[in-house]
Amino acid sequence: MTVPASPTVAAPSSTRASQGAPVSPLALGGYWLRTELRVILRRGTDVIAALVFFLMVTTLFPFAIGSQPELLRAVGPGVVWVAALLSVLLSQAHLFSDEWRDGSLEQWLMHAPWPLLAVYARIGAQWLTSGVAITLMAPLIALQYGLTAPSVAVLMLSLLLGTPVLCLLGALAAALTLGVRHASLLMALVMLPLAVPVLVFGAGAVGAWQAGIDPEAHLSLLGALLALAVPLLGGAILWALRISVQQ
Amino acid sequence: MSTTFKPLDRDASTDAARSRRWLWLAAPPRFFALATALIPWCLALAAVLGAAGLWVGLWLAPTDAQQGEVYRIIFVHVPAAWMSMLIYLAMAGWAAIGLIFQARLASMMARALAPTGALMTFLALFTGALWGQPTWGTWWVWDARLTSELLLLFLYLGFIALHGSIEDPRRADRAAGLLALAGVINVPIIYFSVQWWNTLHQGASVSLTRAPSMASTMLSGMLLMALAFWAYSIAAALMRVRAQLLRREQHAAWAQSAAHTQARESQP
Repeated sequence: MTVPASPTVAAPSSTRASQGAPVSPLALGGYWLRTELRVILRRGTDVIAALVFFLMVTTLFPFAIGSQPELLRAVGPGVVWVAALLSVLLSQAHLFSDEWRDGSLEQWLMHAPWPLLAVYARIGAQWLTSGVAITLMAPLIALQYGLTAPSVAVLMLSLLLGTPVLCLLGALAAALTLGVRHASLLMALVMLPLAVPVLVFGAGAVGAWQAGIDPEAHLSLLGALLALAVPLLGGAILWALRISVQQ
Repeated sequence: MSTTFKPLDRDASTDAARSRRWLWLAAPPRFFALATALIPWCLALAAVLGAAGLWVGLWLAPTDAQQGEVYRIIFVHVPAAWMSMLIYLAMAGWAAIGLIFQARLASMMARALAPTGALMTFLALFTGALWGQPTWGTWWVWDARLTSELLLLFLYLGFIALHGSIEDPRRADRAAGLLALAGVINVPIIYFSVQWWNTLHQGASVSLTRAPSMASTMLSGMLLMALAFWAYSIAAALMRVRAQLLRREQHAAWAQSAAHTQARESQP
């Protein structure tokens, strides 16, 4: 996953820059996002593993708690949300570790133009292949848990708003724990308490809808969390990456 | 040295002196000596204030009309809960100073405060459970304050675990410091979200904006206990900073001689 740092990928921006025509951040960001996506999709097993994990965790619950339809309908949104949280965490575990190990992260942090943009591109690609994929799979699980069509729509909307925040939190945890033994366990310890608000508002939106309350407040608060998280966590991730390469 | 100064020069020199006086304490050997001198006083203060607080709380304070004697756990519960939140703020503050000004000692203060903060959080949860059983009839409820206190404990544990698992001490200081900052921004959001989610806990009995709804002896007992916890926390944090200083500076001459003196003093 060494995209922005590898010489072949850095080539278009650097050759164009050397010709004197500055590349616009938007074009560069789009280019990075496409490349990141291509790299992730070529190693499809990681994406599939996270999705299968999501599916399996949600399947485990009826075995453990029983399959009464009312019970499943009540716990369904919460189960989907917890499984989404764990699956996103799992898919972020090696977000920066390859570049950190081979030293290209340090080079890239020193030389790349708009390093924050590259961080967003990487997390955006990760979100498209984990958060969005989970959102698209949610109706399948919701069917098994007996949720009605409108509550599935609310669930999908809440996942669409909430999973980017989970991706950003997971990326921060991944950046903080670079090169640490048992990094994924530590990531969970670091990230899970911070993810509680997303879980509360996300699962709460569907719960409110099921209870006959307008879920707009929950969804607005999820949107507010997203609006806060994108600039703050983006900066924090970049800071954490810089810390990880300092001697 | 000339005997007359221009006003501008004098300002510059006093400024420099002031900043030097501030940095003077940041030198590890001096801070080590200061901590060594302060610790016995803080511990003594904690013992005296704690004894006074317990005396006021367990003997002088009247029995509660509704809860009877069981309410007296408040004299440990509330100060522990106060300290658990205050120490997190202090920890994040030191971590921010350590990150922004590259101040090693500030980062070490943040690291030294974390176990005490976790202890206070655990104590608040534990005494809360002991209090909840006879009054609410349950050890635990998924109420906003209890739950956010539990999440605070997780934040402390995450900080300690992250710091402990990074081998390079400076990188551990910075990474854990950044996590503390992320946590301190998140704490109000967590509290709000959890409150939104569920609320059952009794309202705060002590508030700065309105008159407290309790007897003044109870209040003074609680304040004495809170001050005792303060003194204990400062002493515990300073002791931890001292130990960390000795370990990190183990190759410096001052640290070796300090360790020798300590070993000699501890021998009978």
